[in-house]
Formats: sequence, structure tokens, C-alpha cells
Amino acid sequence: MSAIEDLYREIILDHYSSPRNRGELPAPALKIEGANPLCGDELVLYIEEKDGQIKQVKINTKGCSISQASASLMTEAIVGKKIEEIQKIIENFKDMMLKDGSFTPTVDLGDLEVLEGVKKYPVRIKCALLAWNTLIEGLKALQNHKKPEPVVME
Amino acid sequence: MLNVQKIREDFPILNQKIHDKPLAYLDNGSTSQKPKVVIDAITNYYNWYNSNIHRGIHTLSEKATEAYENVRKIVADFIKAPDPEEIIFTRNATEAVNLVAYAWGRKNISTGDEILLTEMEHHSNLIPWQILAKEKKAVLRFIPITQNFTLDLDKIEDLITSKTKLVAVTQMSNVLGTINPVKKIAGLAHKAKALFLIDGAQGVPHSGIDVANVNCDFLAFTAHKMLGPTGVGVLYGKKKLLEEMDPFIAGGSMILEVWQDRATWNKVPYKYEAGTPNIADVIAFGEAIKYLQNIGMENVRNHEKELTAYALKKLCETEDLTIYGPKNPELQGGIISFNFSAKGGSDSVGIDIHPHDVGTIVDQEGVAIRAGHHCCQPLMRKLGIPGTARASFYIYNTKEEIDQLTFALGKVKEVFARL
Ligand SMILES: Cc1ncc(COP(=O)(O)O)c(C=O)c1O
Repeated sequence: MSAIEDLYREIILDHYSSPRNRGELPAPALKIEGANPLCGDELVLYIEEKDGQIKQVKINTKGCSISQASASLMTEAIVGKKIEEIQKIIENFKDMMLKDGSFTPTVDLGDLEVLEGVKKYPVRIKCALLAWNTLIEGLKALQNHKKPEPVVME
Repeated sequence: MLNVQKIREDFPILNQKIHDKPLAYLDNGSTSQKPKVVIDAITNYYNWYNSNIHRGIHTLSEKATEAYENVRKIVADFIKAPDPEEIIFTRNATEAVNLVAYAWGRKNISTGDEILLTEMEHHSNLIPWQILAKEKKAVLRFIPITQNFTLDLDKIEDLITSKTKLVAVTQMSNVLGTINPVKKIAGLAHKAKALFLIDGAQGVPHSGIDVANVNCDFLAFTAHKMLGPTGVGVLYGKKKLLEEMDPFIAGGSMILEVWQDRATWNKVPYKYEAGTPNIADVIAFGEAIKYLQNIGMENVRNHEKELTAYALKKLCETEDLTIYGPKNPELQGGIISFNFSAKGGSDSVGIDIHPHDVGTIVDQEGVAIRAGHHCCQPLMRKLGIPGTARASFYIYNTKEEIDQLTFALGKVKEVFARL
């Protein structure tokens, strides 16, 4: 596999061209915006939670293939899961993207592992993290019963 | 005709591989490469005559002062400014525009006054005016662009009114490549008694300028886009205006006499050069201009015209590619912005390929281009796109490098064709 095919894996291109869980959820679902102003990437994430479980997730994204695929893969990875499980996935995902050296997940990351190839392109890591940073703030807002602030990445 | 192979020998950086491919540096709109004479001028200064200027009585200081002041003459000669004292050294073009917005704007703009810009301005010729307009309750107006990505000159006459105090226009768009008719706009501005400022950050490096002929009141440009080092910009201003304006940054060197409670200002241009300037880089900038003058700006422009014509032809032949610009080398400098879409497998109708994806993939082929909004977010919004991929040329670029770009764009399509 060439370096570039390792970045643009088929799963990534598939999620880019046919993003999953696209759309909006009506209130009282939580709505949170995320942006990467330097790239112009933007998204709006909707989460419906009940009894500590994420019932539904929808997302609307604008941006490059990496940011859109990461957002789409994220929705699949978290829908129907308990918030504690999701926190573990987030932790693992961020370690995979940000820690040096080889990485051994403590939970099954499934298709999310294809995003590890982004690590070789430091300027693109931000693209993959936008949806996740937005999710982190969204979950915080849910826990604190607060209206979430938009996430703006530097 | 330029001897490009010989020119390339003067730029050691060009002779290297990126991801095992020869480097094709097509990001000159961001910053140009520097010839050895420019790099040597910097080390030479630090090795042999580093000292502060305008203050030492010793030999080294005299030598440094002479070298620094000589560049003022070189710059004046290059842009045909009548008087070297009309040349002010700043950090970059951005600081030059800010100097005018602050020192001229705060004294001359008041409630209801209008400042006329264009829809294709770089943020550095927009934000300083936004801040000024907000402070003074003045109004910003914008010359629109046509379907052809040129300025809509028919609209200018309506937009310049008795309230217009300043017209500020880029000589060449850093996104579209469009070369604007600055002389004509200067005439229209002056007819309405408005001043005229040119953002020459892109225009000056590639076609030069004759400020006396164009008759602009201010011109801002930046050394690093014209073979010079970073950290040096130029503001040209008509002497009378510079004399009437208040200082911008205050401190040492810009004063004549100082008491505890007041001071008098040094004469122009020193009034606007507070503190120790970027001596080494100004001196090296002089070498960059001499290098360009040796080649001749007409030859520079002609070489880029040829490259642009070739690249436009190649890119127009590329399927699913949209070019944002006049697509005419007579109206456009060596800058081409484009976006790509892809048609995937049988059932897919095609999706846009984001410029950042284009940038990453062509980089793997050794091709350096810029991708993004190019500091022109309002223009991107007007075009309804998140950004563009942009190739931009200079004296050392070749047709082979443009072939390398189109080959790399083929790779982009291949990657996305796996959809
Ligand atoms: C048209 C235009 N104006 C102004 C600038 C600002 O130049 P600098 O960053 O050197 O101040 C640039 C460069 O990015 C430009 O392309």
C-alpha cells in the first residue's frame, strides 16, 4: 500500500462519499457546533441521551475527507452506547491519534483504526479530531446540564 | 527569455527531493525562495559589520548605516519613487497597511466617511480598515467582481462618492491571479479627491510598479514574496502625506528632541521607523531587488505569462477541475486557483474533493502548492467554496514542474476514484 493509500483508506473514502447519520435531531436533543477556522471545517453534532445512554446521533459536516470521515465513523462508534463506554473510546481514539510510538487499544476501536494513518500527516490530525473534541464538550454539557459552548479548534 | 536552468543554480533549496520526488515549488504566492546572494548578504552582515545604525560613531556602524540606507535608494529606484525618503521599512506588507490605517486613518477619517475596497482583498488590506471604520463610524464599501473574476469597473463610478476618502485595492489578487487596472482606479479615486492605496504584495514581485506613473498615494509590499528575507516590508507614501501624518509606533529613533512630557518627531522616513530595525534583512532585501533588476521585470512577467498560459491549458484539459480566475495570461499573473471534484464508482454522482486533500496528495508527488482560504475568507464566501488549491509561479519554475503538478493531480483522481 502506498503512503497515500494508507491515508486515504477505502473506508475513509466510503464514509466521505456516503456519510452515516447525517442530519439533525429536534430539541431536546443536545446540539453543539464545532469549527476549525484555519481549515474552514465546520460541523453541528446532535446527541440524544437517555439514562446515560446515547440513543441517537446526527451530524452535519463541511470539510475535507478526513474530517468528514472521522465524524461519520465517530457517529457509528458511539450510537447506542453507554456514556462510560464512549469515554473509553474517546480516550483510546485520542491516544491513537496523539501519542508517539505504537499503540495498543484497551477497547475495540473497530473501523476507527483506519484513521491511525492520519498520524503520519501532522497537519491533518486536527481534521480527524474536530468531531471528537466537539463530542467531548457535548458530553460535558450533558453531564453538567449546561448549554454547550461551540468548540473552536486552533 | 530567462535562462531558468542557470537561475535555478542560484537557489540551493530547489535542488532537493520531497518524498523521493524532485521538489516542484509552486507556492510562491505564499513566499518565494531566496537566491544565494540574499542568504549570503545576511551572514555577511552578521560576520563582518553587525552594528546598530544611525547612532554609532564607529566604522562598523557607519558601514551598516550606509548599507541600510542604500537599500532605501534601491527600493525607490525599483518602484520609481521620486525620493528615497518616501520609502519606509516595516516588518511586512501587513504592517505597512496598518501604518496607513493608524497614522493617516485616525487623523483623516471621521463619521460617515467611506473607504472603498474590493471583494478580492487579502485580510491584511481589509481588517485594518474594518477596525478603523468601527472606531470612526465610517463605512466600508466593496468593488464587486464579475463572472470573469475581474473587478466590475462599471460599478466603481457609482461606488466612489464625495464621501469616499480612500480607495485601497490589490494590484494582483493572491487567489484569482487577477491583475487590476490600478492606474485607472487611481484616476477615478483622485477625481473624487480620495486617496489611493495599492496592496502590492503580489503585484510588485511579479510585474514591478511605477508609482510615479500609476500615481498612487500609498503602496504596501513585502520582501519575502520577491526573493527577499522575511521580516521586511515597505510602505511607499507621497512625501507630503507622510509629513502630515502622525507617528505610528513610538520610541527611539523616531524622535528629534525629548523632554519628560513631550517630544518632537524625526523627519520622514525615520519618524515611522521606531526602534532598531531589521538591519540584516533590509540589506539582504537590497540584493533581492538587484537580482530581479538584473533579470529585468519585463522578463519576469513574460516568463510567468508563458508558464501561466501553459498551466491554464493543461489544467483546462483536466477533467472535473474548476478554475477561479480570468483564465487569460494577459489579465492574470502567475497564480491559478482551482478545485476538483471526483466521479467515483458506477452509482456515485461525484463529490467535491477538498483542497486540503488535494494539497496532501500532490505533496506526496513532490509538488508544493497552497490549499485553503488564502486569507480571503469573504471572497471564498462569495464564491461559495471553503477554499481552493492554488499553484503560483516565479522565475525559477519550469513547464516540467507544471507537468509534475498535472501528473500529481492525476494521482488525486486515482485516490478518489477508488470510491
Ligand atoms: C495580496 C496580499 N496582500 C498582503 C499580503 C500580506 O503580506 P505579509 O504577510 O508579508 O504582510 C499577502 C500575502 O500573504 C498578499 O498575498
